[in-house]
Amino acid sequence: MCPAPVTAVGRSVPRREGADKVTGRARYTDDITVQGAWSGRTIRSTIARGAIRSITLDPAFDWSRVVVVTADDIPGDNVVQLIREDQPVLAPRGGEIKHKEEPILLLAASDRATLEEAATHVRIEYELANPVFEIGSATEVFSTVEITKGDVASVERTADLVVEREFRVGLQEQLYIEPQGAIALPEADGAFRVVGSLQCPYYVHRALKRALKLTDQQAIVVQAETGGGFGGKEEYPSIVAVHAALLARKAGRPVRLIYDRHEDLAATTKRHPGVIRHRTGVKKDGTLVFQDIEIVLDGGAYCTLTPVVLSRAAIHAAGAYSCPNVRIRARAVATNTPPNGAFRGFGAPQSLFAAELMVEHVAEQLGGGVSSVDLRRKWMLRLGDTTATGQVLTESVGSELVLDAALKAATTFQPSNIPTVRRGRGLSLVFHGSGFTGSGEKKLSGTIAMEALADGTFRILTASTEIGQGTKTIFCQLAADALGVPLERVTIAPQDTSLVPDSGPTVASRTAMIVGRLVQEAAAEIKQRLQRERPPLRVDKSYIQPDSIHWDEATYRGDAYPVYAWACTIADVDVDTTTGEVRVTDLVTAVDCGKALHPVMAEGQIEGGCLQAVGWATIEEIKMKDGGYQNDRLATYLIPTALDAPRIRTVLIENPYSRGPFGAKGIGELPMDGPAPAVIAAIHDATGVWLDEVPATPEKVLAALNGAQRREAAQS
Amino acid sequence: MHDVTYLRPTDLKDAVQLYRTTPGCRPLAGGTDLIVMLHARTLRPPPRAVLDVWSLLELKGVRRTQGMLEIGAAESYTGIIRSRDAQEHVPALVAAARTIGAAQIQNRGTLGGNLANASPAGDTLPVLLAYDAVVVTDRRSIPIDQFFTGYRKTALQADELIVAVRMPLGRRVVFRKVGTRAAQAISKVVTAVSRSPARVAIGSVAEVPLRARRAEAALERGDMEGAIAAVADDIRPIDDVRSTAAYRRTVTQNVLRELLSVKPAL
Ligand SMILES: Cc1cc2nc3c(=O)[nH]c(=O)nc-3n(C[C@H](O)[C@H](O)[C@H](O)COP(=O)(O)OP(=O)(O)OC[C@H]3O[C@@H](n4cnc5c(N)ncnc54)[C@H](O)[C@@H]3O)c2cc1C
Repeated sequence: MCPAPVTAVGRSVPRREGADKVTGRARYTDDITVQGAWSGRTIRSTIARGAIRSITLDPAFDWSRVVVVTADDIPGDNVVQLIREDQPVLAPRGGEIKHKEEPILLLAASDRATLEEAATHVRIEYELANPVFEIGSATEVFSTVEITKGDVASVERTADLVVEREFRVGLQEQLYIEPQGAIALPEADGAFRVVGSLQCPYYVHRALKRALKLTDQQAIVVQAETGGGFGGKEEYPSIVAVHAALLARKAGRPVRLIYDRHEDLAATTKRHPGVIRHRTGVKKDGTLVFQDIEIVLDGGAYCTLTPVVLSRAAIHAAGAYSCPNVRIRARAVATNTPPNGAFRGFGAPQSLFAAELMVEHVAEQLGGGVSSVDLRRKWMLRLGDTTATGQVLTESVGSELVLDAALKAATTFQPSNIPTVRRGRGLSLVFHGSGFTGSGEKKLSGTIAMEALADGTFRILTASTEIGQGTKTIFCQLAADALGVPLERVTIAPQDTSLVPDSGPTVASRTAMIVGRLVQEAAAEIKQRLQRERPPLRVDKSYIQPDSIHWDEATYRGDAYPVYAWACTIADVDVDTTTGEVRVTDLVTAVDCGKALHPVMAEGQIEGGCLQAVGWATIEEIKMKDGGYQNDRLATYLIPTALDAPRIRTVLIENPYSRGPFGAKGIGELPMDGPAPAVIAAIHDATGVWLDEVPATPEKVLAALNGAQRREAAQS
Repeated sequence: MHDVTYLRPTDLKDAVQLYRTTPGCRPLAGGTDLIVMLHARTLRPPPRAVLDVWSLLELKGVRRTQGMLEIGAAESYTGIIRSRDAQEHVPALVAAARTIGAAQIQNRGTLGGNLANASPAGDTLPVLLAYDAVVVTDRRSIPIDQFFTGYRKTALQADELIVAVRMPLGRRVVFRKVGTRAAQAISKVVTAVSRSPARVAIGSVAEVPLRARRAEAALERGDMEGAIAAVADDIRPIDDVRSTAAYRRTVTQNVLRELLSVKPAL
């Protein structure tokens, strides 16, 4: 008798690249030595808005030792290839400057000292123009989204209670451990190989082709081991890579362009800040009558991925609830601040923050012993319910499962016994669409390939990247089980565009669910073919949208996402009334992930995401000055340390999705959604004050506490 | 990074001699401030040499002398935290040392560096003020309340080395740092208080770490509420990237109230 096969899926097998990372063998971009490579550097604007009047290279300096690249040296289009054509690779002479830290000039030299010295001999003169910094005064609109369900206007009068609130969310830095960086190497036949820290090899590929006027074959993009991304390495690496390649082209030799932390913080994209207004109407018994929501996000100076971020924000804005009448009006505006871009959650954390706190406010104003948990139970989307876009939820709806599981897992609440510390608890319930929005996956048609090799091993070819979240490991697990072979027999090819097909970007909680499913299908097909054929064999698989998914881009009606993952989070906080400091002590989060392909990594994703959200909710603050970030160093941009991290307990709930690989849904971004509103609700529970705003810095908390105290004193 | 000559003296005498005779020379202890500044090229004028005092035996150790506790200028925070004598006689300094940076910085950072760097946010400085510490140099003793002369300025002469810091035994001092996160935080407000004699010393609320004289006077009279009210006039906080003047003012008062209500362990 054969022993039962040991399956890989569902087991926390060792990470593919784990040993290399912990032993230091892993080569991140800056670890890669390239013979004869020069170092590059970016000269950036010091003003927020205006025009370049002149660029002068000080004749006192010996420029023969340095390569200088300006917009004039761009062989192709001076455009960062993305959604719009608005962002230049380098601001052209006489061209407009739209934000601080905008790239104007590139330098490369054989050593850093010469490079630094050269940088001090570049003089740029500007014609100043009036910058726009505030959302409220912005006039240029990048995009708008309108979602309508039922008819808010006609039912407004029938509500017994209407609650109105305004919420604010702040900028956030992704703070991947490894700053941005790329090395460009000129190769034969006018080709350029770019090795870098990046999430989306084919985004970079397209950007290189466009700016350097290269063919598909001439642009080669290779992902080096990457120290985190969180969305920050979705679009920005295109800029770094194109800059490095322009320098390499002019220098005729390899050029490394590696940002230090200061430049990375000062110049690269952040989470979109915004203002969200809610009007919610309910009956006396709490029945939801209407939700009227307005969202304004600040896109910064260039469009980047803002319309897609706005779209996700709008689609998630009504929260995990079923309401017959919904109106969501969202717009993204331009300001003269560095462009905002992709960041884990992609707009959903912003709008869900408001939606979740709205439940709290309605419960509070309804009174009569109705708790916000009661309201959530009453309102939440269940199987067969319809979302704001009119999507009927037909499977894998985990709302009630996660709510029950989180409540069960939470410990008994212990009030604080320190007189100056108040303790509170808050809860949130969220959902997050897995995969690209609407017809995104259909348009993208991500592709992978699988090879059965003559030596009996199998190789996965995909452009999906490992950025710490476990792609390499789970793809091999999925393939091994679908093939019915031991995990060791499956390998994964390097993320090199000259080898692997375009699987789409590694974003949008789509890699495990969408691309992973392709891996599973390709493996199953190979297994079948091997019954008749002999290796080597190759199967290519592209995503085909199931007929049952309908989406109308024009009306924003239909199936916004193939499926949703769900989470309920309970946060306990200690608020120090002496200092206004908020310490999140405990966090329980129950997550419906469909299937935990690798439980340890799933928990790792969730814990990391929760901590990132706790930072956003409490201390990660960016103050602006003249359109630039004041907190542009790690000494001033504070994120939680290990000592600040709450105890996080994760409950994984497996509520399978029929089209996910082995039932899995995407959970990369979901953990970013729930903690912030739970923390703010907990602060209210502890102190009685509402902040409606993140980050709830000690300064804001203390001011709110003092305000409440003064109001009390005035009343008595 | 500035290019500098690296000098390694054999003993204190050698160090004093080298410091006196080498132009543009800066002492280097743990380097946790100096290397950062060398790297960022913020030192004016740029130094031409560094004098490594880290290994000088005369600048190491925690010991009792002449009824005082003496800590070598180049003793690390970790050394202070681990010292029985420090734990017993200056627990507030040990508490402050534990809040500095994180483990790596505590292994390299020194009292001499914190003093000479004279940042208004230096976390040991209010504690040293509350203990009435004496800064012992290669040539004299400077009472701590005469040490800080302006924003990042000290009473040290151009070629004067800090050798040790002395503190009286048996004084009860309590300490609290407010820095928004639990480690790797630069203080928004840092306070050390002694009830008897009355000392209220605060950092990050003015251009220097200061003694709140009005608050101390009230405290000397046993007027706690008076001290809490008066301390607001003793400080000169500003808005900056880390916090606001309003926050610093409120927190200074709140922390003082809190520290006056705790019974110091000693
Ligand atoms: C990541 C990080 C976190 C930090 N966190 C904190 C914190 O939480 N709280 C805090 O207070 N500080 C903090 N610091 C600052 C620093 O660690 C402290 O100020 C430390 O005490 C400096 O000591 P050092 O021995 O490293 O000084 P060095 O860097 O060696 O020297 C600092 C200055 O003192 C001079 N100097 C040193 N020794 C002598 C001497 N014997 N005589 C005369 N002059 C001398 C040097 O020339 C230099 O000007 C932090 C620094 C870093 C990099």
